[in-house]
Amino acid sequence: MSHDAASYEKSDRARHIDQGETPLVYKVRQWIKFQTELNPKFGDDVAHLAHGEKFWTCIQCGTCSSTCPVSHHMDFTPRKIIAMIREGFEEEALGSFTIWLCASCYACTVNCPKEIRITDVMYALKQRAIAKHVYPKRFPVPILAEEFYKNVARSGRNSEGRLMMNLSMRTNPFSLMKYARVGLGLLRTGRFSLKQEHVEHRGDIKALLDAIDRAQKEVRS
Amino acid sequence: MKYLYFPGCSLKSTGKPYEESLLAVFSTLGTPLEELKDWNCCGATAYMAINEVKAFALSARNLALAEKQGGNNAVPHLVTPCSACYCLSLKTQNYLQQFPEIKRVVDTGLQAANLRYDGRLVVRHPLDVLVNDVGLDKVSSAVKRPLKGLKVACYYGCQIVRPFATFDSQWNPTTMDRLVEALGATPVDWPLKTRCCGGALTGTIREVGLRLGQLLLKEARKRGADMLITTCPLCQFDLECFQADMKGAFGEDVKMPVAYFTQLVGFSFGISEKQLGIERLFVSPELSKISVGG
Repeated sequence: MSHDAASYEKSDRARHIDQGETPLVYKVRQWIKFQTELNPKFGDDVAHLAHGEKFWTCIQCGTCSSTCPVSHHMDFTPRKIIAMIREGFEEEALGSFTIWLCASCYACTVNCPKEIRITDVMYALKQRAIAKHVYPKRFPVPILAEEFYKNVARSGRNSEGRLMMNLSMRTNPFSLMKYARVGLGLLRTGRFSLKQEHVEHRGDIKALLDAIDRAQKEVRS
Repeated sequence: MKYLYFPGCSLKSTGKPYEESLLAVFSTLGTPLEELKDWNCCGATAYMAINEVKAFALSARNLALAEKQGGNNAVPHLVTPCSACYCLSLKTQNYLQQFPEIKRVVDTGLQAANLRYDGRLVVRHPLDVLVNDVGLDKVSSAVKRPLKGLKVACYYGCQIVRPFATFDSQWNPTTMDRLVEALGATPVDWPLKTRCCGGALTGTIREVGLRLGQLLLKEARKRGADMLITTCPLCQFDLECFQADMKGAFGEDVKMPVAYFTQLVGFSFGISEKQLGIERLFVSPELSKISVGG
C-alpha cells in the first residue's frame, strides 16, 4: 500500500465511520465546524509541549512551509497547521498526514523569524496523536515509533534489523518484498543482523525510565 | 584532550563501514577514540515522538556516563559520528540548561540509575574534530594518495548543522569541502548540502523518502560529481541502498557511489580498502582507478 495525503484522508474517513459516524456527517464536518467542537485549550497545550509561548507570535508568513522539503506532500502546510492549532482544530491537526511526514530536519525551526520551534510543535502533535491512537490502522510512522520505543525501553539499544522486521509484520508483511533487495544487499555486505542488541546494565535503563514515569505522574497530578 | 566515542546503534549495524573507517582515520592521526562504556540509544527521532522527557533521559545517561568515564573534573569531548545522536545529545544539553522543569525530571531518573550529569561535557562531531582540532595541515601531511581529479559532492544532511551545532553554517556549511580539498580532491559546488535525505521515511512513507533521496543524487550527478560523501549513517543508507528502488520508482538512473567522509579520508591516507569497509558499500567508488590519474 502506498501512502499519500489522499489515501491518508480515505483511511481517516474509514476510521471515523468505524467509530460510528455516518459518511454524510463526516463530509459535512469537513466543511462546517462548530465552535463547540473546537478545543480552545489546544493551542496552549501544544505551546506548552513545544516549549514556547513564542508559538502565539506566529505571523503566518509561511517561511516554514516554503523551507520544508516535504510540504508539497502534505495535506496542510506547517503554516496552516499552526493556524489550526491556535484556533483549536485539534481533531484536524492530529488527524493530518502532515505530522507523519515531518522528518525533523529543523529547516523551519532555524528559519522561523519569530523563533517558533516548529519541529517541536510537530513532535508535540505526534505525541498526542500516538497517545490518543488517532491514526489509520497499520499506518507505519507511529508504529515505527512505538516499536522503536519498546525495543529501547527493553534493551537500551535499537536493533535495526529487528525493528524493520517488526515494523513490516505490524503494518504490511508483504512490504518485506519491497525491502528484499535492500535487505539482501545489507546481508551480503555484512551490515544486517537480527541479533538483539542491548546494554550491559539493562536494569539501569529500567530504573531510569521507571523513575521518569513516576516523576511525570507526579508533575501531572 | 580526551576523546570519548559514542558510536550509537547504527554504527554497529548498517553503518559498520563508518565505524571502521572513523577509527582507522583517527588512529592514523594519533588521536585515538575511546569507546563510551555501556552507552545506550541516544533517544533519537522516533523516541521523541512518544515521550520527549524519556528521550532526554536516555541521552542524558550517555552524557553522564561520559563525564564519569572522563574522570573527575575533566572536560571530556564526546565524539558522536551519527548526526541523529549528535543532534539529540546537543538538544539534551541545550534543553536541560534552558528548562529547569525538564532537568528536574531527568535528574530524578539519573539518580535512580546512580548517575549524575554536570554539564561540563562537550559533544563534538568527528568532522568538526578532524578539521578544527586536528587541523587541515596535519590531515594533508598524512595524505599518501592525493585524490587529484576526483570530484566530490559533500553532503552534510540536516541534523549535523541544525539547529544546535555551532561549528559551521546551518545552510551552507564548508567544513567537509575544505577537508576534501586538503585530500587533493575537488568539492563540487551544489545547493543541496543540507537538504533532508528522507530520514526514516524510506522505511515508512516510501515514495516520499525515495523522492527526497533521488533529488539529491540527481543534482549531484548534474553538477558532475564522481561520488557523494556523507557524515550520517541514515543519509548514507537512504542515498546508497535505495538507488535501484529509486530507479524503479522514477525511471531515472541515479547510480552513484555514496561513501562516508571518513572512508575517503582513510583511502587518501593509504589505509587499505578492507580496513575502511569500502567493500561493504553497494556501489563501489572504485577509488583506486580514479586516483591513478593523480
